[in-house]
Amino acid sequence: MYELFKNLGTWLVSGEQWSGSDGIGHRLAEHLQYSLLATLVAAAIALPLGLLIGHTGRGAFLAINLASFGRALPTVGLVVLVFLASGLSMWPVYVALVALAVPAIVTNTYAGMTAVDPDVKDAARGQGMRWHQVLFQVELPLALPLIMTGLRLALIQVVATATIAAYVSFGGLGRYVFDGLAQRDLVQVLGGAVLVAVVAVALDLALSALQRALFRHRPA
Amino acid sequence: MIQFDAVHKRFPNGTTAVHDLSLEMPEGGVTVLVGSSGCGKTTTLRMVNRMVDPTSGTIRVGGRDVLEQDAAELRRSIGYVIQQSGLFPHRTVLDNIATVPLLLGWGRRKARARAAELLETVGLTAEAGKRYPHQLSGGQQQRVGVARALAADPPVLLMDEPFGAVDPVVRSQLQDELIRLQKELSKTIVFVTHDIDEAVRLGDRIAIFRTGGHLVQCAAPAELLARPADDFVADFLGAERGLKLLSLTTLADVPRGPAPEGGTWKLVLDEARRPQAWRTEGAEIPVRPLRDTDSLLAALNESIASPTGFVARVDADGALTGVTSRAEIHEHAGEAHSSHSTAGAAI
Repeated sequence: MYELFKNLGTWLVSGEQWSGSDGIGHRLAEHLQYSLLATLVAAAIALPLGLLIGHTGRGAFLAINLASFGRALPTVGLVVLVFLASGLSMWPVYVALVALAVPAIVTNTYAGMTAVDPDVKDAARGQGMRWHQVLFQVELPLALPLIMTGLRLALIQVVATATIAAYVSFGGLGRYVFDGLAQRDLVQVLGGAVLVAVVAVALDLALSALQRALFRHRPA
Repeated sequence: MIQFDAVHKRFPNGTTAVHDLSLEMPEGGVTVLVGSSGCGKTTTLRMVNRMVDPTSGTIRVGGRDVLEQDAAELRRSIGYVIQQSGLFPHRTVLDNIATVPLLLGWGRRKARARAAELLETVGLTAEAGKRYPHQLSGGQQQRVGVARALAADPPVLLMDEPFGAVDPVVRSQLQDELIRLQKELSKTIVFVTHDIDEAVRLGDRIAIFRTGGHLVQCAAPAELLARPADDFVADFLGAERGLKLLSLTTLADVPRGPAPEGGTWKLVLDEARRPQAWRTEGAEIPVRPLRDTDSLLAALNESIASPTGFVARVDADGALTGVTSRAEIHEHAGEAHSSHSTAGAAI
């Protein structure tokens, strides 16, 4: 066991492991690229949906149940399914990652919108704001902390799951996990897993800090 | 002036909130809508700025049918204050007050300058303007709510239980401030409350509603207290409505005489002739002198509290002008009561 961790340490810090097209630097960039693009696309779909449901109060059923739907969705199954339909392309990876991210964003956006004090919304309307002014000047800014939490959760989940890109022969940090498994190289498997975990935790901490900095004026 | 003409409001769930309401709220006056919960008073208020639209009937503000106006524009021309202040938690106090001017396109600089002016009007410091609403007390938040409603200088102000959530001391202060502001500004105010004392204190006219959205009586406070239309109104006004009536009559017409000499109790004055206390051998009781603007009710109270039965009367500077006896106050209280009760609606 001790030997394994010692080798892992050597693997992580060795210079050649960090350079080249199979180097950690390149794989990390790929991994982040998949994750950010998928989260961005998911946000483009989920944010308007969550805001609309929250503002109108219609479709709340969808917003609430999407969360459990998202948890129940087998990501690998989805990858295989789209892979069979689309052949060898990045489509299966992005479809699966976006499907994973959408529920977290919709649910949190909706929760943020419903948490806005009804008196504040009433006052906004009563001062003469039109519906889009109420939405963008009052509801959205007030829901923003929870919306950002949704985006953060989605991104973390996506980062942790983006290893599946390697499952259908693409890059990212998952490469080490799947290659290591194929080569029975436990150090490489562990190295890939540790890197994914570190990236996820680092992003989570960084975004939490950003949220705290942005919303320091808000009541607790 | 705000006119309700045969206004009916039925909600989709079948409840009738307002039943065949015809009512005029005079320009530059405070009309208070009172009644227990579910009597339609808040719905009535909210129909003025189209937060609720009537099922039938017409509502006119300044002669114009509200339903023919764009709802958002109408609301910008009417001040709106609600119970929990409804301030925007993510904006500073100053920006909260500047809301309507900004919606009207005044530009940020002009809107902020106006907001700063209003901070002072409602008795807040410039420093409070930089804070966020949650950093203020409940009473201060309500002041900000009032300032926000006044920002674009609307002729009409709608106030929905604005002081309902603050403690009695602060509430009384806020009422005084509103009376002072109204003297300066002469807005047409519609004020909703379930507190009859607040209604008597603030209202030029009081409209009493009964469950089911029926207007029972609308009259000046003195007339309402003296001649309630039916048992419902009498019950609502409470057993002390006679005393409430005395709270509306001032001490100005009650004669005064010189302070009593040679009795056991002496009125102690300072060098500016301001009453300090009632003194007898070995004892001193604080005195609460009254001005001509104080009410007969306050005089009655003081005459009971005073050991001598005399009420000390002072001028605006607090200097003694004379005293009035308990008997004299009683007599005037009785007179005030009967004159209100028999006089016409002119009061």
